[in-house]
Amino acid sequence: MLEVSLESFIPALVGGWLIGLSAVALLFLNGRVAGVSGILNSLVFDRKDRQLWRLLFVLGLILGGFFFSATTVVPPEYPASAWLLIAGGFLVGFGARMGGGCTSGHGICGLSLLSLRSLVAVIVFMLTGILTVYVLHHIVGASL
Amino acid sequence: MKQCAVALLVGLLFGWGLSLSGMTDPARVIGFLDVAGHWDPSLLFVMGGALMVTGVLFRFVLRRSSPFFASEFQLPVNRILSPRLLCGSGLFGVGWGLSGYCPGPALTSLGFGFLNSVIVVCSMLAGFFAHKVIFEQRA
Repeated sequence: MLEVSLESFIPALVGGWLIGLSAVALLFLNGRVAGVSGILNSLVFDRKDRQLWRLLFVLGLILGGFFFSATTVVPPEYPASAWLLIAGGFLVGFGARMGGGCTSGHGICGLSLLSLRSLVAVIVFMLTGILTVYVLHHIVGASL
Repeated sequence: MKQCAVALLVGLLFGWGLSLSGMTDPARVIGFLDVAGHWDPSLLFVMGGALMVTGVLFRFVLRRSSPFFASEFQLPVNRILSPRLLCGSGLFGVGWGLSGYCPGPALTSLGFGFLNSVIVVCSMLAGFFAHKVIFEQRA
């Protein structure tokens, strides 16, 4: 069943433009690819290449959310089981390192650089994401 | 110095864009992945919108010999379709489906003050660390 409404897809489109513009700005000005998992990983775990710009980028991401939620109404916190968040977060982190990127690095920058690796990564994580939601919500029927 | 200012401003814009787009709401993400249920396709417009911008402008940017504030472009060089790529992306998708969070929105929603995003970010860092311990042994 499709549930498309202007109220949801216009912010999605405009938000997508802003995300795209920020990736373009980071490449144009600093020559860097906006891959969030790679930036966060290097910031926290790479002792040889711990650069200040990564800290400021991550800080910016958090402050962006802070200013947005301070000026707009954000949807209430989604009720989820802590175990799903822990297991999910762990796999997101582990998988992003193993696969060399996440939704931003592969999904936006990599696809725009016409990387076949990124195309494969996006197809695979979309498929396993869809499969996971299917199993969790339609077979196991867990009420998240 | 200039590069640091750029990183902060780019992060702010990215975080604002993620918040506006709906990617920071796990209910929407799970609805987007739930193609067999009440599928919510609106998040396709996030990726579509971002790719409209980057798909066109990356080409112009990369015609330059160097970035504006740095000496060279630092682009990914790996072109190999490895088992690691497939397994890693597969696991990433499972985690995304379980939690409804990917890394950018998890960080951004820390700014909303949600406990859930603290749990996800800490678990994600644990995932990075586990990968480092298992696969990135010191030579």
